Amino acid sequence: MTAETQQPVASSWTTGTVREVERIGDNFVRLRLEVADRTDHVPGQHYVLRLRAPDGYTAQRSYSIASDPDDPLVELLVECLPRGEVSSFLHEVAEVGDEFELRGPIGRWFVWGGTTPSLCVAGGSGVVPFVSMMRYARRTGTEPLLRVVASAQHRDKLPYADELESYGAFIALTRENQPLPDGSERVAAHIYPEEIVPLADGIERAYVCGSVGFVSFVGRILGEAGVRSDAVRVEQFGPTG
Amino acid sequence: MAVTRGFTGRPRRGGNDRLPPGQYDTGEGWPTLTAELTPSVDVDEWTMTVDGLVEHPTTWDWRGIHALPSDSYFGDIHCVTTWSKFDTTFTGVSVDALLEVTGVKPDATHVFATSTTGYTTNLPLDDITNGKAWIVWEFDGKPLTPEHGGPVRLLVPHLYFWKSAKWITRLELRDHDEQGFWERNGYHDRGDPWLEQRYQGDA
Repeated sequence: MTAETQQPVASSWTTGTVREVERIGDNFVRLRLEVADRTDHVPGQHYVLRLRAPDGYTAQRSYSIASDPDDPLVELLVECLPRGEVSSFLHEVAEVGDEFELRGPIGRWFVWGGTTPSLCVAGGSGVVPFVSMMRYARRTGTEPLLRVVASAQHRDKLPYADELESYGAFIALTRENQPLPDGSERVAAHIYPEEIVPLADGIERAYVCGSVGFVSFVGRILGEAGVRSDAVRVEQFGPTG
Repeated sequence: MAVTRGFTGRPRRGGNDRLPPGQYDTGEGWPTLTAELTPSVDVDEWTMTVDGLVEHPTTWDWRGIHALPSDSYFGDIHCVTTWSKFDTTFTGVSVDALLEVTGVKPDATHVFATSTTGYTTNLPLDDITNGKAWIVWEFDGKPLTPEHGGPVRLLVPHLYFWKSAKWITRLELRDHDEQGFWERNGYHDRGDPWLEQRYQGDA
């Protein structure tokens, strides 16, 4: 592992004011925040969001940034987890005008600076950091360097599905057949190794973001597709609320 | 900082004096976080080396390290991603036992830990000596699983858990501090959960 070139990491807390909130089904809430004294992020970085109770108790969680660094607002997409202390609050209570403590951008490892030919593989809400990368690639004309694969059980459980499709991402649904351009159907299944092989051709780095099980599965098929394990950068999430 | 409108938080449990600031009790869960793919480490090929500023650089194989007096840690662990896990039991060998074999040169002040994957982390020598750190291969009486760093990981439970390098293979004693993987990538050089030293720039 080598250090990434130095990326900004904010070292103090600031305030984010909710300017837009969109609840997407029962599963996701999309927040767009105006961040005071904001440091521009690099696609792939995250913010820590902290909530504070009247007795001083705090709860904080990390959320990947979905927005392009050029976006005047910072966009976070939060998956609502069962009994998730912070995510349920954001899903059920947060409104436009609310203020949260924010710290970020954080992370210098799971970042894409627009120069390395890369393949991104996301499971479910793992697409969020890749949405930031896609938006950045589109604005800077570097789409040829960034291929995206997204997997979900159903299309309506996949955040940013329309945007992924219009970017040209390969979408693999595991519980829903998909029509293919040639009139046939892709049978519902996890990503097949032969689906990954052409996408992995010529890449120098792979980013994998998803649950522990998903990352382990993708690591295997990337290996079968000839991607060296030291070219793979991982961001995993589990039920941490 | 201001109170968040409408936020009360989960019910506070008793014994919250065990929870460092900003942490929550994950209960039976044990989330895994890693920056890289979980490697498959073969114990027949794995070795543990302690070198650098020591009198006798030494490499142990799987059998050799098991021949050292075993030691256990019983207590809590804390991850920078804000979960803490209470009452864990890890078994292996204390780092003190390794350093007793190698000896420590007087100018050693820090240690640089390296994993089979190339992951690294830096620690002051004081944080891994005098009963504060272990090389462990069992969790709750069972072999440590690969996703939690098995077959062998470093355990430094009084610091955030990224210091407890998974798939450990080498400790190099040095006379200076050099940042490891997460430390270069924005995390704190020491990582004391009670001082909430999460990121570079924290006190």
